[in-house]
Amino acid sequence: MKILCAIKRVVDANVNVVVKNDGSGIDLTNVKMSVNPFCEIGVEQAIQLKEAGIADEIVAVCVGSAKTQEQVRVCLALGADRGIIVDAPDDLEPLTIAKVLKAVYTKEQPQLVIFGKQSIDGDNSQTGQMFAALTDLPQATFASDLSIVDNLATVVREVDGGLQTLQIPLPMVLTTDLRLNVPRFASLKNIMMSKRKQIDVFTVEELGVVLERRTETLRVDRPPARSAGIVVDSVDELVSKLRNEAKVLP
Amino acid sequence: MSTLVIADHDNSELKPVTRSTLKAASEIGNEIDVLVAGSKCTSVAQSVVDLGVARTVYIADALNYEHAIAENLAAIVVQLAPAYQHILTAHSTTGKNFLPRVAALLDVQMISDIVEVLDSNTFKRPVYAGNGIATVKSNDSTRVLSVRGTSFDPIKSGAVATDTNTLDAATFSNPSPTTYLRDELAQSERPELNSANVVVSGGRALGSSESFALLEELADSLGAAVGASRAAVDAGYVPNDMQVGQTGKIVAPELYIAVGISGAIQHLAGMKDSKVIVAINNDPDAPIFQLADYGLVADLFEVIPEFIRQIKEGS
Repeated sequence: MKILCAIKRVVDANVNVVVKNDGSGIDLTNVKMSVNPFCEIGVEQAIQLKEAGIADEIVAVCVGSAKTQEQVRVCLALGADRGIIVDAPDDLEPLTIAKVLKAVYTKEQPQLVIFGKQSIDGDNSQTGQMFAALTDLPQATFASDLSIVDNLATVVREVDGGLQTLQIPLPMVLTTDLRLNVPRFASLKNIMMSKRKQIDVFTVEELGVVLERRTETLRVDRPPARSAGIVVDSVDELVSKLRNEAKVLP
Repeated sequence: MSTLVIADHDNSELKPVTRSTLKAASEIGNEIDVLVAGSKCTSVAQSVVDLGVARTVYIADALNYEHAIAENLAAIVVQLAPAYQHILTAHSTTGKNFLPRVAALLDVQMISDIVEVLDSNTFKRPVYAGNGIATVKSNDSTRVLSVRGTSFDPIKSGAVATDTNTLDAATFSNPSPTTYLRDELAQSERPELNSANVVVSGGRALGSSESFALLEELADSLGAAVGASRAAVDAGYVPNDMQVGQTGKIVAPELYIAVGISGAIQHLAGMKDSKVIVAINNDPDAPIFQLADYGLVADLFEVIPEFIRQIKEGS
């Protein structure tokens, strides 16, 4: 079984992002970039399926500029077998990314396609579901547990009220939630070995996808600031303030 | 010009977040129709009728829709879509699951998690865990939008006479190959985290799932919902559906009490729109104090029992 893991290059989760003063966006100069944490969980899941003898090949695919080489290499060092980069601007919309990935899916014919449930930059939570729609595949989003027996996946999904368990025949699309697994670190040996693994680069034209934008981001502002209040000395004072000043207690 | 709102519900009750979605729809300004897709969901449809804000309630009542399977829901919404310029639902786990599918099938770039309607095609939405607020304009002829419930007040009841139109679900049946096995839903007498007026949340400093009983007692004395930080969920103290944060639930209650929570960006993204924030933590340098209205630097195990006693005394 072949698994396709879609990954995204994003600002590292530990970076304090800064909105530019002119409202034109987020300042990305000299900021550390990483594999989107949810995508990394997806790669880890694929590796675990390979270790369990269920999968035999893992392909990591990224749609973006040449800089995404760095993140695809990370996935190869973790255990993906080969990489694909579709050379494109870094700020494509989810719908376009889904169309590009559909073209990759048609070439590769994997049985399982894994996405992160959202990227921590745009926070859209769209690409996996859009890809599933375009390829007419069933989907299991926000997965916190996965088992596959005889081409039938049992997936536990994190939903607002708790957990939902679905059974879905392959091929299918999975999007990962936090508790699916804890990604491993790449060993030095694997990092060195990953340099010999293959990364194919395609252009969007080769894949027959037309890039277009459907939305315009007019500006990005800082959220309304919330200033620190006061520090109280005791429960007495806290309760009194909540009752008489904030008026949120009876 | 009209707007379709897909109701969020559990087949017996309309979720409160739907009223917030309807408020966002009303700010767009066109006539509103509502789709209630479920199984044995007539009471949900009746609640929508009773609200008196919609022109027509479409009811799709079939087993296919019982568990909100994305493929089935998307198919029926796409059938109804040509009549609408705007299609809205809540940015809940149900909405996030099926609405992007609808958008892709309509060849529309959806706009997720809107927090403000500027005009019929321009919206504000948070990016980078709420560290930026983007103003986004849609150039699609249909706008597909998911709505952050806490950013819109629940719509007030109106006097619109609402028609009901029961769809022949069989005509839409193109069932997903997915089989539903089970739900494990938290049973609780407490209010839902998403819509509670008061939320009490605990972090890693609680130290164990047993300690959360203390927070539950505090919550019950306030009629509050109980939440948790990602650290507390990852440590296994409480189940995932209690997580408040960028990747968990977004809450904005009248009063948010953070107990033993340091205040990682990830957590703040889920609660910083709360009206009044109280932080109780023994680390005076915890980032949570930078946005708390009232901070108390203390050992939570010493002060929470006293807090509970004083609340019970006063009420």
